[in-house]
Amino acid sequence: MIKSTADIFSDFKGTEDDLIPVLQKVQENFGYLSQKSMMDVGRFLRIPTSKVWATATFYTQFRLKPIGEKHIMLCRGTACHVKGAPRILDEIELKLGITEGETSSDGKYSLESVACIGACGLAPCILINEDVKGRLTPKLVNKLFEDKERRDQDVE
Amino acid sequence: MKIRRGGIRMSNKTCLICQGTGCVSAGSREIHASLEKEIEQLGLSKDVKVKRTGCHGFCEQGPLVVVEPEGLFYAGVKVDDVPDIARSLSPQGEPLEEKPLYHDSATGNPITHYHDISFYNKQQRTVLQNCGNIDPEEIGDYLATGGYQSLRKALFEMSPGQIVDEVKRSGLRGLGGAGFPTWIKWEACQRAPGDEKYVICNADEGDPGAFQDRSILEGDPHSVLKGMIIAGYAIGARKGYVYVRAEYPLAIKRLEIAIDQARKKGFIGKSILDSNFSFDIEIFQGAGAFVCGEETALLASIEGKRGMPRPRPPFPAQSGLWGKPTLISNVKTYANIRWIVNKGADWFAGIGTEGCKGTAIFSLTGKIANSGIVEVPMGITLREIIYGIGGGIPGGKPFKAVQTGGPSGGCLPAELLDTPVDFDSLKAAGSMMGSGGMVVVDEDTCIVDLARYFVDFATKESCGECAPCRLGTNQMLDILNDIVEGKGEMEDIDILESLGMGIKKGSLCGLGQTAPNPVLTTLKYFREEYEEHIIEKKCRAKVCKDLIHFIIMPDRCTGCHICTKVCPVNAISGDPKQIHEIDQELCIKCGLCFEKCPPKFGAIEKNYGSKVMED
Repeated sequence: MIKSTADIFSDFKGTEDDLIPVLQKVQENFGYLSQKSMMDVGRFLRIPTSKVWATATFYTQFRLKPIGEKHIMLCRGTACHVKGAPRILDEIELKLGITEGETSSDGKYSLESVACIGACGLAPCILINEDVKGRLTPKLVNKLFEDKERRDQDVE
Repeated sequence: MKIRRGGIRMSNKTCLICQGTGCVSAGSREIHASLEKEIEQLGLSKDVKVKRTGCHGFCEQGPLVVVEPEGLFYAGVKVDDVPDIARSLSPQGEPLEEKPLYHDSATGNPITHYHDISFYNKQQRTVLQNCGNIDPEEIGDYLATGGYQSLRKALFEMSPGQIVDEVKRSGLRGLGGAGFPTWIKWEACQRAPGDEKYVICNADEGDPGAFQDRSILEGDPHSVLKGMIIAGYAIGARKGYVYVRAEYPLAIKRLEIAIDQARKKGFIGKSILDSNFSFDIEIFQGAGAFVCGEETALLASIEGKRGMPRPRPPFPAQSGLWGKPTLISNVKTYANIRWIVNKGADWFAGIGTEGCKGTAIFSLTGKIANSGIVEVPMGITLREIIYGIGGGIPGGKPFKAVQTGGPSGGCLPAELLDTPVDFDSLKAAGSMMGSGGMVVVDEDTCIVDLARYFVDFATKESCGECAPCRLGTNQMLDILNDIVEGKGEMEDIDILESLGMGIKKGSLCGLGQTAPNPVLTTLKYFREEYEEHIIEKKCRAKVCKDLIHFIIMPDRCTGCHICTKVCPVNAISGDPKQIHEIDQELCIKCGLCFEKCPPKFGAIEKNYGSKVMED
């Protein structure tokens, strides 16, 4: 259930060092950090919004835009890299019709790459929401995701 | 050497099912549920215990099931295998002989017991001893292994000074990468004035290619917590933080459970074990910034700021979190403390080499037959790890390089395979231990591309505070991009070297000071590959897209049309049953046609040189 920012803030003492945990909770609830929610956070912690913004944009965990239903995080760790992650990225981009950092127009998928998800034994791997999919091949990627064309047809 | 399994007394059979991230993603939760059900149906619930454990280390073979006390090892278990496993556990049952046994990577022969598997029997699992043997969500399991006894010993039989002295005599060095002697930090914190001090566990394992800290937290969280509590007692702190990456949800969950259970048992909180020592531990979730592995950046992050490092001195031991004396160490460093307190400094100092004591833990990955987490005594050679434990390179391909230490480390060639693995030897070779990533690559990996990959990582993760790192790494990346695109010039190599040296000298923190290492070591050991890219415009690994092309061999093409259908840019022309052709101008070199052309035809070849440029 989505809470209001005021509900979220009630769990915190409201000092400056709460900033990152508060932002994490806000994002957990709304899926991203909107401008309004960042202003709310600034007001709650009595710090300028610019500082909230500066912190939110520093860390890769924080997103300033909504994400798709399926949030795909492609691991770009070393093991994945040498076992073909760039090729997997190409394949996912082709398949979904979006590039890294984008969300598909139907809101189904968003694609990001992350430093390392720590499942190197399964390289190359991706994280779809919280599930790790490992030992990927271009063929498996094809099975995992619906074609952009097919999705477009569904909409029509 | 036979591996001891944690010291838990097992009267009946116990099935240990790995629930580490690797095995879970391979389906071990389903295996657990199904095995419990089968065992119940067979009426074996009384005699057979099914236990969920942390990571067994052999992630590649997951899902893993180990049957104790026999030590039977089942790998790559599928739900279909579960009924057979369940039946084999009955009093009349026999161990399975075929599927799902582990098959030796070299001989292909099935192996029944884990202690006969070279991946395990050449290791010395000390810190990892409990991982894979106890249920990390059950403090009772940990207590059964003698857990928290060392805490009792530390609190009631030793003074804080004696503990620091024991750590000093043990020779333990920080296992987060740099190998700084642990006791110096402890002593400095202990001597620092004031009664508000902090203990921080750095679990911001950001090195791409390393996952052993995650496995320890997932598999044996109490050993880390206990190390922190003892550290708190030794330096006079009352509060500890575990700084763990938010990308590790399972590790966070298990830590939360462990802290909660330890608090209920009186190991954490007010008046621990009725002594006059109080200590609490909180989890701080890192929000994803590689630079936060640097201690001063980590502190800034806990204080709610951008994770930017600050100059040292003052060191955190003098002025750390909120300006108070703070002890920061890595997960593995804390996990070692129980051994030093329990078995004594002399025992610990007996493992390893003259200058580097204890064990080293690596995440062995890449082009390696047995990938997973390995723990070995310091001083063992790279060759022993890669060939003895890792089983060498799959398919018998030749070894090309081993990358240790992630973006801060370097690539070492085959000539250096006999280098001992310890802080000092790896540093002397131009690499480093780092947080423990060990990635093996074969001839299919382009060394220049690998160096470019690490520099790309450094540019993205540079916090931007100091110019040498912020601008220097970007310059290096531009040059490397030129080289992999075939636009490099010979003088670029000199520029890379002088830039690299400048960035190392001029950067504020460890990230910048080590970021050029992957380039500098590859220039040292694999210079000819750079020269080939620049002079011959050739990528010997056929990885760099601008230096390869795909071509259809007319004598083998049957005109089956498969390639034309998969080509995303319609670069392949040709009527059905007619020989097809790739339009090199349109081709984006994605390689799809190369992969899709049926092996019986093998009509598409990947060749050196950019066809477009030649034409």
